[in-house]
Amino acid sequence: EGQISSVKPKTKRSKRFLESRAPKLIEDVKTAMIMKGGNTSQTVTQALKDIVSSNITRPFEDSTSLEFFSKKTDSSLFLFGSHNKKRDHMPNDVCVTVSFVLFAGRLFDFHVLDMIELGIEKYVSLSDVKASKCPEGTKPMLVFAGEAFDTDNEHKRLKSLLLDFFRGPTVSAVRLAGLEHVLHFTALDGKIYMRSYRSLLKKSGCRTPRIELEEIGPSCDLVLRRTHLASDDLYKLAHRQPKALKAKKKKNISHDAFGTKFGRVHMQKQDLSKLRTRKMKGLRKRKGNVVAEEQDGQAPKVAKEAEHTE
Amino acid sequence: MAACSVEALLAKAEQEEAEKLKSISVQKELDLEFDIGNLLACDKNRIDLREFREQKKEDFLRSLARDNTQLLINEIWKQPTERVQEAIVVKLPDPATPLPREKPPPKAKPPTKWEQFAKLKGIQKKKKTNLVWDETRVAKNEYNRLKNIARAQKGKVPVMGLATSTQQSKEELSLAVSVAKTSTASAGRFQDRLPKEKAPKNMGKKRKFEPLIGDFSNERHKQLELLKLMDGKKPKLDITKAVNKQMREEDREEAAAKYKKRAGKKGRKGGNMSGKGKGKGGKGGKGKGGKAGGGGGGGGGKRRGKPGKH
Repeated sequence: EGQISSVKPKTKRSKRFLESRAPKLIEDVKTAMIMKGGNTSQTVTQALKDIVSSNITRPFEDSTSLEFFSKKTDSSLFLFGSHNKKRDHMPNDVCVTVSFVLFAGRLFDFHVLDMIELGIEKYVSLSDVKASKCPEGTKPMLVFAGEAFDTDNEHKRLKSLLLDFFRGPTVSAVRLAGLEHVLHFTALDGKIYMRSYRSLLKKSGCRTPRIELEEIGPSCDLVLRRTHLASDDLYKLAHRQPKALKAKKKKNISHDAFGTKFGRVHMQKQDLSKLRTRKMKGLRKRKGNVVAEEQDGQAPKVAKEAEHTE
Repeated sequence: MAACSVEALLAKAEQEEAEKLKSISVQKELDLEFDIGNLLACDKNRIDLREFREQKKEDFLRSLARDNTQLLINEIWKQPTERVQEAIVVKLPDPATPLPREKPPPKAKPPTKWEQFAKLKGIQKKKKTNLVWDETRVAKNEYNRLKNIARAQKGKVPVMGLATSTQQSKEELSLAVSVAKTSTASAGRFQDRLPKEKAPKNMGKKRKFEPLIGDFSNERHKQLELLKLMDGKKPKLDITKAVNKQMREEDREEAAAKYKKRAGKKGRKGGNMSGKGKGKGGKGGKGKGGKAGGGGGGGGGKRRGKPGKH
């Protein structure tokens, strides 16, 4: 709320800047902030950069207020990585376990909406996988597999968050040859496997091509840990769309189950006494001829035939 | 016999079709859910843990991903396609999955004072196009363009021969110097002269007017001279001079018209020439500045030699 009243633009440029940050009817693609925790190493930073390669703003050195940075960079998605070294004092040995932790989340109106902690069990970086990569900016195809994404609440929210992160800008059309990147998430055995492939379109004998996949990386095995999800009310509020965007329904047009389009025509009140139900051509007054009024159906037919022969 | 062969043919055709589709068909218990606008596919089928553990993990995941991607591609290929600049592009529907917004939708601002007034009066917003098609301007541009071409081709410049690259005489050089001197913001008034440079002879055609109440004797003398002239038999107008002048002017106009005709055949007729309002000034300038031989310049139009300093 604070943004609108606190700063009054003094120049056209600043005005444009503020307008770009103000709430809009149709929003731009979400950008993500990537932040490092106190102990992050090179690998974690690299991992973060790999995962969200196109929309990152800046990695920050210390974990200051998330919301402050979101305001500064006008980003509504964030990825926060760190690694913790834990020393386990075993009877005979000191064991050090290093765990990489990823916090992924999104904001609504500069307040945290959802935040999910994911443990990275295995990570293979882009550079580790030897394969030609997809060009940056390719809109990826996304696949979520596994029952959990449909049944478990937390998994459902994670799916929505991942969709927000990876889907890229909404486009009205896409080049068929440009459908080359696939991100596949599998929820299985308590873990979530993320794999990234390059899709090759092969000849199949028919119009639709056969797909072959080549792993390009990065890939990671994640474990869902703590979650901080928005309440149902807040979640609903965040989904509220402005009225202007709702598709306008055309009046008097309806469709039935088969897809037939029906229209409705409104007529003015008709004087039923003056309604003509049948054409009685024979009754028309002709020059010099007066035809007696006929009641049965035969008469018009006869008259018609007579017309034809004339 | 015939029936048998027809059946066989049909069966064969079906088999061929099935073969063709084999490469792209995938068997799944439950159909996938698609959101083509987001290039998204959701596979809710149960994944067999045993199979997953038996096989090599990566191979299992890749084959699952391949199948799901194939189904997604099949669905995408059902969409309408069109050709856009050498690439085939598939039109995507609107995204179907609801995702939370970044910021709340903008609040409707109360109409401004002007907007209220406009609504009251029924004033509609009219969009002004910046550029308006202007015939006269187009004609003038065309004429100037042709003049430039002519200048480039002939090697002669219609104005004072200043731009000639051939050896110039002393007079031409001195003329060029004087023109350059006067082409400053203050019309050469504050330009310093070179040490051996002589002051220019014809210092312009500034008319000098006597003060209203000054030299009475001079004024009286002038008035008497005028009366004498008016009384005298000798005509003020020197007929031969006048006739010669008129003839010269006519010749010049003829030549200009001929040139214009030739130029006009290619583009437009320089219709603007007579339009420009400097008729009087132009004529005056021409009369005075004999050297202002505007090659293409007929009547008014832009006079290079200002009737000022020459």
